[in-house]
Amino acid sequence: MIWLDTIVQGILLGGLYALFAAGLSLVFGIMRLVNLAHGDLIVMGAYLILTIVSVLGINPFLAALIAMPIMFALGWLLQRVVLNRVLGPDILPPLLVTFGLSIVLQNALLEGFSADSQRIGAGLLETASWNLGPVTVGIMPVLTFASAILVIVGLNQLFYRTSLGRAFRATSDDPVTASLMGIKPAGVFAMATGIAMIVVTIAALYLGMRANFDPTIGPARLIYAFEAVIIGGLGSLWGTLAGGIIIGVAQTLGAAVSPEWQILAGHVAFLVVLLIKPRGLFPRAYD
Amino acid sequence: MTLLETQNLTAHYGDFQALFGVDIRLEAGQTIAIIGANGAGKTTLMRSIAGVLRNAPGMIRYDGTAIGALPADEVMAMGVSMVPEGRKLFPSLSVEENLLVGTYGRKIVGHWSLDTVYRLFPILREKRHVPGTALSGGQQQMVAIGRALMSNPRVLLCDEISLGLAPVVIRDIYAALPEIQSSGASVIVVEQDIGQAMKVASTVYCMMEGRVTLSGAPGTLSRGAIHAAYFGAHA
Amino acid sequence: MYRVQTRTKASQIAGLLALGLVIVGIILPAFASRTMIQDLFFILSMLTLAQFWNLLAGYGGLVSVGQQAFVGLGAYAMFGGVILLGWDPVPALILSGLVAVVIAVPTAFFTFRLQGAYFAIGTWVVAEVVRLSLATWKTLGGGTGTSLPRTASDFWGTAQVAALFDVRAAAARDIVTYWLALTLAVATIGGIYALLRSRRGLALAALRDNFDAAKSVGVDATRMKWLVFLVAAFGTGIAGGLIYLQKSRISPDAAFSVTDWTAYVIFIVVIGGIGTIEGPIIGVLVFWLLQSTLADFGSWYLMILGGLGIVVMLFAPRGLWGFVSDRTGVQLFPIRRRLIVTKGE
Repeated sequence: MIWLDTIVQGILLGGLYALFAAGLSLVFGIMRLVNLAHGDLIVMGAYLILTIVSVLGINPFLAALIAMPIMFALGWLLQRVVLNRVLGPDILPPLLVTFGLSIVLQNALLEGFSADSQRIGAGLLETASWNLGPVTVGIMPVLTFASAILVIVGLNQLFYRTSLGRAFRATSDDPVTASLMGIKPAGVFAMATGIAMIVVTIAALYLGMRANFDPTIGPARLIYAFEAVIIGGLGSLWGTLAGGIIIGVAQTLGAAVSPEWQILAGHVAFLVVLLIKPRGLFPRAYD
Repeated sequence: MTLLETQNLTAHYGDFQALFGVDIRLEAGQTIAIIGANGAGKTTLMRSIAGVLRNAPGMIRYDGTAIGALPADEVMAMGVSMVPEGRKLFPSLSVEENLLVGTYGRKIVGHWSLDTVYRLFPILREKRHVPGTALSGGQQQMVAIGRALMSNPRVLLCDEISLGLAPVVIRDIYAALPEIQSSGASVIVVEQDIGQAMKVASTVYCMMEGRVTLSGAPGTLSRGAIHAAYFGAHA
Repeated sequence: MYRVQTRTKASQIAGLLALGLVIVGIILPAFASRTMIQDLFFILSMLTLAQFWNLLAGYGGLVSVGQQAFVGLGAYAMFGGVILLGWDPVPALILSGLVAVVIAVPTAFFTFRLQGAYFAIGTWVVAEVVRLSLATWKTLGGGTGTSLPRTASDFWGTAQVAALFDVRAAAARDIVTYWLALTLAVATIGGIYALLRSRRGLALAALRDNFDAAKSVGVDATRMKWLVFLVAAFGTGIAGGLIYLQKSRISPDAAFSVTDWTAYVIFIVVIGGIGTIEGPIIGVLVFWLLQSTLADFGSWYLMILGGLGIVVMLFAPRGLWGFVSDRTGVQLFPIRRRLIVTKGE
C-alpha cells in the first residue's frame, strides 16, 4: 500500500500549498495584483515567528498569534505606501515593484539571519503521527491541512457574510462605482493586503515548523502558490485547495520515483492542467 | 436655502475640455433636471459633483462647504449619492448585497432601509438573492436607485435613469420619485427625454457643448427656445 | 505637403558617435588591459540580454521573469555541441540560438495562455522545468555541472589572436569572446532598431500604446507576440552560449539563475528606461558602476539595486533616459515617425 500512503502524504502536502496560495489568490482577486514577493513574504513571516519564539521563549503557535498583527500592519503599510501607487491598467509597474521587493527582502533576510537554514522548533509535534491502518499520517501535515481548510472557510465567510467582504467584491468588480457608494478603494486594498498577510503568517508558521528554511526559498513557494491558483481557476479558494492537492500529490509521486523528480513532477502536472483546462478546474463565470 | 451649487465649473479629460463654466443651483427639497444631447457634458457634470472627477474646491459647494476637490467616497459620506449612468451594478453581488453596499461603513439614519426600498420596488424583494446583473434593465435600474437611497442621501443624482428602457418601465421608475422627494432628498435628474424632465423638475437646465445654454422653470420655456438650446439650431 | 521623418539631428550625431565607438571597440584589445576587456565583455553581454528583455517587456508587453531559461539553454546547447557533437564552441553558438528558439515555441504555447501578470510567473515555471530537467542529464554534468573540455579551449580565432597581439592563450580567449560580444551587442541594437522602424515595429508600438485600437485596424497581436518572443529567445540563447563560453564552466543553478540573468537585466532596463533603446545602454553603465563599487557588500548591493528599481518605478517610471529625454527632447534612436510640413503647391 505504498502508493496509497504516497497519495495521502501528497494530499496533506497540498494543504501547505493551498496556504501559500490563499493570500496570493485573495490579493489577485480583489485588485488584480500579482505580488511576486509573496513567497519572500512567507519566508519573512517564518523568520519573524522564529525570532519571537527565541526571544520570548514561547510556543510557535502563540508566537504566530503575536506575529499576525505585525504582519497585518506591514501588509497594510506596503499597500498604502507602495502598491496603491502602481495599480492600474498597466501590469508592468506592479510586477517590477514587487519583483524588486522580492530581491530586497531576500537579501535583507540574508543580511539579518545569514544563509544558514533554520527551523521553528515544535517539540513533539514534529515527529508525532497517527497510525490509520494502511497509512501513517504525521500530526503536523494533518494540522497543516486542517488549517488550510479553516483559512478557506474563514475567508469565504469574510467574503460572503460581512460588509467588508461585500466591499471587497464590489471594489473588485468596479472601483469607481464602489467609491460612489462611499467605499475608499485605497483603504479596501490596504485591508485586503493586511488580511492576506495574516494568511501568510499562518503559511509561514507551517513552512517553518515542517522543514528547514533559508532566505532564498521564497521564489519556489511563490511558484507553488501560483500553480495552485491557476490550476484551481482564478478566484476560487476551494479550487486553490484542489490545485494545491494536485501539486502535492504530483510531487510525492515524483519523489517516489526518484528524488530529483519531486519538484519537476509538480511543475509538469501544472503544465498538463494548463494544456487541458487553460482557465483552471473551477473557473469563475465572469471576469 | 441653496443645498448644492456649481460656480463656473470647468472639467477636463486630459487635453479635452468637457465643461466651460457651468453654474447650476439646487434648492433644498427641489428637483431639477439637466437636459441636453449626447456629449453635451451632462454626465461630466454629474461625475464632477459626485467626486469621480476632481475640480477646484470652490467650484462645487454643498451645504455651505466647498466639495469640488473631495474624492467620491467623502462626497458620498456627506450625503450626496449617485445613480450612475448605465446602472453599474456589481456583477458578483446579489440584489440585496448591491443594496447593502450603499450603506457601507455607516449606520442608516432616516427613511430608507432594505425594507422601505423593497416596499418602493416590491419586485426586488422577490429577486433579492439573484445576481444583480441577471435582472431586466428596468429592475437593474431599480436596484441602482435603491442602492443610492440606502445611505439616506440629502442629494440624489440620477444620471440617465431612463436610458434604454421601455416607456412603461420608465413610467414605473418615475412613479417612485414622489416618495423619494417626500423622504427629504433633493434630486437632480439628467435626462435626454425633454418631456419627462419637464414633468418632474421645477427648474430645467439645458446644456450644449459643455455650457448651460438655457435654464428656467418648465412653464416659462418655449419649445423653440429649448430646441435652439438643445440642438444649437437657430429657430 | 507632408513627409514622414524619423531622423533627428541628435540621431545623426549619435549615429556617427556610435560608429566611432564601434571602431574603437574593435581595435581596443590592441592596447587595453585584460581586466578591461573582461569588464567590457560583461557589460556588452548584459547589454544584449537587456535589449532583448526590453524588446519583450517594453515593446511587446511580455513581462517575462523566465529569460534565464534561454540563457541556460543557450549555454547548455553550446556545451552540448562541444561535448556531444565535438563541435568548435564558436560555431556551436548557432546551436545556442536554435535550441532556445526550439524550446521557446512550446514555452510560448503554454505561457501565452496566461493572462497579463500571470504570464510572468508562467515563464518562471518553464525556466524551472528546464533547469530541473537539465540537472537530470548526467552527460552534461547533472546537478553539479561540468567544464568545457580542454580540447575546446583553443577555439576558432584564439591561435591567430594570440599570435597577433602576442598574448597568452587565456587572454586570447578573452579577446575573441569580447569581439563576439561586441558583434552580438551591435547586431542586437541594430537589429532591434531596424525592427522597430519597420512596419512590424510600427504595429508593435501601436499594440503597446492602444491594444484594442491597434487590433481594430488589423494588427495581428498574437503574431507580433510570437515574433517578439522567438526573436528574444534566439538572441538571449546566443548571449547565454557566449557568456558560458567565456566562463567555460557551467552548472544548472548558475546558468538558470533568476538573479543573474533576469533580475539584473530587469533592473538595468528599468533604471535606464524601459521602452527605449537608449535606456538599457544607460542602465548597463549604471549597473556596472554600482557593481564595481558595491559588489564587495554582497547582499547590501542587491538590496540597493532592488530598492533603486522600486524607487525608479514609483517616481520616474520611464527611467533615467526618460527623465533626460522628457526634459531635453533628445532621442538618439528615434523610432517615432514625425510629420514634417513641407512647402508645396
